[in-house]
This record gives sequence, structure tokens and C-alpha cells, in this order.
Amino acid sequence: MLTSSLILIPLIGAALGLLAKGNNSKIVALLVALVNLVLTGILISQFNPAGGVQFEQNCSWIPSLGVNYHVGIDGISILMVLLANIAGPLIILSQFNRDIERAHIYNALILFMQAAMIGVFVSLDGFLYYIFWELALIPIFFLMLGWGGPNRQAVTLKFFLYTLAGSLFMLVGFVLLYVNSGGAGFDHSVLVGLQLDETTQRIIFGLLFIAFAIKMPIFPFHSWQPGAYTEAPTQGTMLLSGVMLKMGIYSVFRWILPIVPDAVSYFSTLIIVLSVIGIIYGSWIAIRQKDLKTLFAFASFAHVGLIAAGLFTNNAQGLQGALIQSLVHGINAIGLFYCADIIQNRLGDRLVDGKGGIRLIAPAFATLFIIVLFGTVALPLTNGFVGEFLLLAGIADYSIVLSGVAGLTVILCAVYMLRSYQYVMLGENSRSVSFTFPDLVLSEKITLIIIAALVIFIGVYPDPILKLTEPAVLQLLEQINA
Amino acid sequence: MNALILISLLGISVLFAGIFNLKNKSIYLAVLGLIGALGLNCMAWGTDTLYYNDMVHFDNFALAFSSLMIVTTGLILLLGFHFYRNNEDSSADLFALMLFALVGGICLVSYNHLAVLFIGIEILSIPLYILAGSNRNKLASNEAGMKYFLMGAFTSGFLLMGIALVFVATGTFHLNEITQAISAGVENEGILMVGILLILSGFLFKVAAVPFHFWAPDVYEGSPTLVTGFMATIVKTAAFAGLYRLFQGSFASFEGVWYDALWVITALTLLAGNITALYQTGIKRLLAYSSISHAGYMMLAILALNTEAAGAIFFYSIAYSISTIAAFAILIAIVDLKGTDTLDSIRGLARRKPLLGFALAVTFLSLAGIPPMAGFIAKYFLFKTAIEMNLIWIVIVAVISSIIGAYYYLRVIAMMYQKEGDDVNEMTFGTAFLSVIAIAVAGTLVVGLFPEQLLSILK
Repeated sequence: MLTSSLILIPLIGAALGLLAKGNNSKIVALLVALVNLVLTGILISQFNPAGGVQFEQNCSWIPSLGVNYHVGIDGISILMVLLANIAGPLIILSQFNRDIERAHIYNALILFMQAAMIGVFVSLDGFLYYIFWELALIPIFFLMLGWGGPNRQAVTLKFFLYTLAGSLFMLVGFVLLYVNSGGAGFDHSVLVGLQLDETTQRIIFGLLFIAFAIKMPIFPFHSWQPGAYTEAPTQGTMLLSGVMLKMGIYSVFRWILPIVPDAVSYFSTLIIVLSVIGIIYGSWIAIRQKDLKTLFAFASFAHVGLIAAGLFTNNAQGLQGALIQSLVHGINAIGLFYCADIIQNRLGDRLVDGKGGIRLIAPAFATLFIIVLFGTVALPLTNGFVGEFLLLAGIADYSIVLSGVAGLTVILCAVYMLRSYQYVMLGENSRSVSFTFPDLVLSEKITLIIIAALVIFIGVYPDPILKLTEPAVLQLLEQINA
Repeated sequence: MNALILISLLGISVLFAGIFNLKNKSIYLAVLGLIGALGLNCMAWGTDTLYYNDMVHFDNFALAFSSLMIVTTGLILLLGFHFYRNNEDSSADLFALMLFALVGGICLVSYNHLAVLFIGIEILSIPLYILAGSNRNKLASNEAGMKYFLMGAFTSGFLLMGIALVFVATGTFHLNEITQAISAGVENEGILMVGILLILSGFLFKVAAVPFHFWAPDVYEGSPTLVTGFMATIVKTAAFAGLYRLFQGSFASFEGVWYDALWVITALTLLAGNITALYQTGIKRLLAYSSISHAGYMMLAILALNTEAAGAIFFYSIAYSISTIAAFAILIAIVDLKGTDTLDSIRGLARRKPLLGFALAVTFLSLAGIPPMAGFIAKYFLFKTAIEMNLIWIVIVAVISSIIGAYYYLRVIAMMYQKEGDDVNEMTFGTAFLSVIAIAVAGTLVVGLFPEQLLSILK
């Protein structure tokens, strides 16, 4: 019941928020998201890391199609649920002092999206999971269409069709799994127990992985991403990069690794190589970007490449690193896109050039921005360090050479992140006319302080999070290598 | 059977209502009668009876499909209050014609004798020829009526010839006897094959499958929108149920040329319908092509020819019918609000009419097959049925055309949610009209979320 209420509360909240007008709807949405966060806290406090799937609910939904409403949380999904519920309040808070047209619909869509994404993370029935996966597309489609940038229509359609194409292949993959199970259904435990032959595994791997690779995205399936991130409204970008792309990573954990393990070992080198190419390629383009939001978009693409590589290393460090880095990347991405939004809000554009000197007049913003930035470049004692270290260690275990190349991400990331910070924030004002840059207001301060606190806290003391996932990861590895 | 009689009488009474100048009020009579017919259908559920020397067979299949058509007709009639508000004079005649067409549709889902099949198709078509041309002041409507009539009459000849040839080969008109004759082996297989192909082309014309579709866009566009809605739902449902009855029941054991032909036609219909829809600039014409492509999806079930296929066609018909009714109702509203139906004219409409925008979004997402709308489960059930019969390649064609389809449906939604846009005319739509949209939209969502009852009804 607890699991289902995590999905239901945002949905009901979205409906309630529609009744409120203007700024009230933001407050309603924030309260709803906070209730969900508190529930998640309760859930984690009761969670037993070694206990397998917990908080389960399983009832019949469409018997003729072999579909059940089966939800539950285990050591792998718990971090994702946590991420979605941390992201929810932060994202809603981040638009508190912004003028949003028709804010009640905007906030309802954000909550709707959150519900669908939590649904993806907790579904243990393949069909139910697919429904939530697609459901998550609908609110983001309307968020981008209704509140996006000038080029939104073309970009939104491209994004939607790209991901829909992937999803339909995944659907065919699930039908094949269903047929192979002899009509026993889509339940995760049934699908894990299937003994599929090598060829079937590879076909199913291909069908499922295309959908996940597009969502993350992995090179060369990324061409929808920079445009979508740039054109989406800030909160939409946060949802996309903060939480939605983790659906792809999580889905590999849930629906690929344990179900088609032989195909995984067959394809893993190819995918790690593609991911590493993506890391270098994304970083290289990021270095040349002039628009902060596009720069962060490519940075996100590069970082996800590292996570994807870790996913296929078939060792505990790689998998643990992928999980924790998903959480961390989500938090940091929200922080980064928020900083870009604050700069745009004050100065009217997000270009790296023609700025400078902001640190002198807005010290609080400058300090919080640099903390988030340090987290992203994986400085030791920040949250990014833990995950990237584990990921690189995992990849090194798989192949030293690839790990060396992937390790370049840390250096390249430092190059583009710190350089953009330097141009935008430091030095003298390069504009001929003087400009004003009001420092953070309360809601901005709260949002960024929370993010900065998470950056430092997880960096200094990652132990509780690692402990949450460790037994589940080890169990998964046992399953794969059995 | 009783429902069939009741609706025939109802059609005549509505004609008389026209004499007494009841105009649009005759809709009340018609809808009440349809509710009665629906009740009679429910009472007959499970009886599985043959009537008139075994010429019609009211099994659960026939009852389910005829109930669906009765509900669809009822909803379309309710839209008539608004649609015919300015030319009430002849509206009762038009409603009577719709009821007669419904009678033909019911014959088509319940025949057990090829003569009833032919009569059913004619009863369904002749009122529609008149309805298509019923907007006498508009050239396009006259053209639509004429075109539909000429092409329809031509195909009726094909169908009749096919029936005659099947009779020559098997010596009977009764479906069960045909089945027996075919499984016992017929003397002249060539004649039977030609007969089956001719019957098949007659049906494919009615559902506007490629390459028998050339009439459809012009007729759909020229006909009054309400009539187009009727054609897109009732004719398609009836024709597919009729096709399934004949081919799953009688011709299934005689596989061969017709099966390969249908395979190719399905692929062509899926691709051509969807690709041509991409280039449409008017919503009505876009819906015409989309309706062609939906015929392609339903043909997957005919190809699958297994026991689940009846359920798959039935569920698809439900999902498609409710979404299509909503789509045509919204189209009527758009034309009233903007004076035209071009894609460009709906720019920014959702900002001015948010509820209309929501309704259109739900409807088009359902037609595109996005969960959790009914269209998704319907499409999924069809694909699953086909994959289970090892029709992998045609399913892949269908998946690709779904992606193409999603593009043009979503483009309409995207256009509507643009920021800029012109103002709209003032217009009040009346309760009946709005509640039909509300019912159809709610139905799309509810059927999508709780499909179990309807999925298993024909098991």
C-alpha cells in the first residue's frame, strides 16, 4: 500500500492543484511533493536492504492479457524512488519566484510526471511498467509544448517520436518474452526464471536496449537530447535529465541484466565502447558550447555515458557506482540547470560570453554554484566523487584501457565546467554598461542550499546509501552469473 | 433478432416523425428506441439462435457487435442536435436513414447466408449514398454522394459475382454448409478461389483498404461531417465483423491465394494510409487517411485467424469507434469555431478552449495508440494476437506505421498548443453535443484502464 500511495498521492495532488489558482497551486504542489518525500523517508527507515522485494502489492488487473498490478521496492529501485522524491520538491520549489503562465497546469503536469516515473521504478510487472514508461512521456510532452523555448514544436515532436519508436520496439520485446513464457504473464519473477536460448536472448536484448539507450541516451542514439534539454522549460529539463533518463539506467538493471544475462555478456564490450565514445564526444562538444544550458546538456550526456559503461561491467563496483551515480547525477543536474535558469532570469540570456564579475555582486549564488559544480566535476569529498570512482574502478576491472579513456571524463569535465564558471562568474564585468545581478531570493536560496548540502553530505558520508544497495547488487550479480 | 426488428420499425417511425414536423425532436424517439434495442440485445445474450431457415445467426459475436453499433449510432444521433440546428427541415429523414443503415450493419454482423450478406451490405450502403450527398447546397457533398454511389454499385457487382461463384463451387449459400463443402474438398477450386477473391475485394472496398481506397478521402471530405463520422465507425465495424464471420468461419480451411493477397493488402494499407496522412493539411482529410490506416490494423486480426481474433477485432472496434466519434465531434466544433478545418486554423486553440484541447489530446493520443488510452490496449491486443500466430513481419510493418501515425496525430496536438493563434467565433454547443464528447473521452480513458470485461466478453 505504501508503494502505491507514492504513485497515487502525486496524482491526486495534481488534480487538487488544478483547482487552485496562480501561486497557490505552487504551494499545493510543494506540499504534495513533501508528503511524498516524508513517506519515502518512512519507507527507507523500514527498509531491510537484504530483504529482497518489499512493500509489495500484487493484484490482478487484466487477466486476459496476463497482466497484474504488481509493485514493490527492492535495493535497486529504492535509490530511484528516493531520487524521484527528492527531485519533486526541489523542482517545484525552483519555480516559486518565477512567473509561470497557467501555473496550476504546469505544476499538475510536474506532479503527474513524478507519479508516472515512480510507477516505472516500482513496477514489477512488465506490462504495468510499460504503461508507466509511456505515461511519463505525456506530461513532459505537454510541458515542453506549452512552456518551452521558441523552437519547441519541432524539438518536442522529435523527442516524442524518438522515444516512442524505442518504446514500441521494447513492447515487441515484452510480447516475445510473454510468448516465450508460454503465456505465464509479464511478472518480473516469471521473466527472470525463463531459460531462453542464446538467439532469443540477443533479439530481446536488442529490442529492449534500443528503448533504454534512447532514453539515457547512449551514443549514437542521443540526437534528440541537446535540443530537448535546451528548448524545454527549466523544470522540464530538470525532470528530463534529473529523473527521466534514470528510467533508462534503472530499466537495464531491472529488465535486461537478470532476464537476458547471456546476451549481456555478448554485447557488453560493444556497449561499453559506445558509451566511452559518448563520454569523449559529449565532453568535446560541451567544451565548445556557448549556451550554458546546452553545455550542461552535453555534460549530462557525457556523464550518463560513464554510468552506462559501468552498467555492463558485470562487477559490484560498476553496478554500485551506476546506482549511486544515478542518484547523484540527478541531484547535480537539477542544481546545474537551476543555476543556468537563475543566470537567465537575471541577465536575459545564458551565453557564456559577455558575462563575468557576478561573484562580486552575488556572493551567495557564486558559492552555491561552485559547490554544485565541484560535485559535477567529482572533486573528492563531493557526491560525484563516490560514484565516478566506483564506476571507473568497475570499468578498470573490465578493461584497463577503456577505464583510462573513460577517466578522461573527469579532466574534460573540469575543463568545460570550471572554464564556463570562470567566464560567467569570475573576473571583472566585461560588459561596457554596468549591470545588476540581484542575489538569491529565499526560495532560490533554499533550493540551492539543499542541493549543496546533498552534494557535500553524500560526498563525505556515502555509507548509508551504499549499504542500501549493496545486498541487492550482490544478489543481482549472483543471478547473472548463475 | 428482436433488436433488428425494433430498429427497422424505429426507422419508419422516425420517418413519420418527419411528417409530423418533429424535426430534431425525433432524435429523442430514435435514441429511446436504440436504448430499447440495446436492452433486447442484452436479454438475448447467450441464447445463440438461428432465425429464418438459418439465414441469420444471433450468437454472442453478432450481439456484441450489434450492441456496439447501436451505442455508436445513438451517440452520433445525439450530435445531430447541434449539427442540424440550422437545417432542421429534413433532419428527421436523415436520422431515419442512419437507422436503416444500422439495420444493414446488423445484418452484416449476423448473417449465416450469403444472400443476407448481400442484402445487409446494400441496406447499409444505399442510405449512406443518400447521406453522403445530403448537403445539397454543397458541390463537394454532391460529388461525394455520386462518387460513393458509383464505386459502391460497382463493387456490389463484384460481391454478387463472388457469391455466385462460391455457390457454383459449393452448391450452397449457408455458411456452415460452405464450411463443410470446403473441408470435404470442392471439385473446381479455381472457381471457388475467384469467388473468394471477389467477395474479399467487395469487403475491402467497404473498409477502404489500399488499393480499394481511392474513393475514401474525397467521400469522407465531401460528406457532411456527421455522416463521415457514421461511415468511419459503423461501416468499418460492420464490414470487419462480416469479413471475420466469413473468412474465419468458412474460408479459413481454404488458405492460399486470398491469404497472401490479404497479407500484401494489409501491409500496403498500413503504410499508404499512414504515409499519405502525413501530407494532409485538413483535419477531416487527415482523419480519412487515418481511418484507412486503422483498417490496416484491423486486418491483422483477419490474418491471424485464431480464436482470439474475434475479441481483438471487437475491442479494436470499440476503442476506434469511441475515439473516432470524439474526433469527429471535435472536428464539428472546430469548424464552427474557426470556420475551416485546416491544420493551421487550430493554432493556439487549446489556449482559448482548454477543455476542447484536452478532449482532442486524449482522442488523438488514443488513435495514436499511446497508453493509458483505449487505443493502446486495442493495438497491443491485435499485435499480440498476430505475434502468437507468427506474423512477426507484418507486426513490424504495423509498428513502423504506428510511429508514422503518432507523428501526424501529435502534430495536430502540438499545433493546437501553440502560443499564438487567432480568436474563435462565439458558439454554444448544447448539452447533448458536449456530453457526447465527454462520454467518448471518458470512455477512451476508462476502457483503456479497465479493459478486462470487454476483452474477455467474446471468449
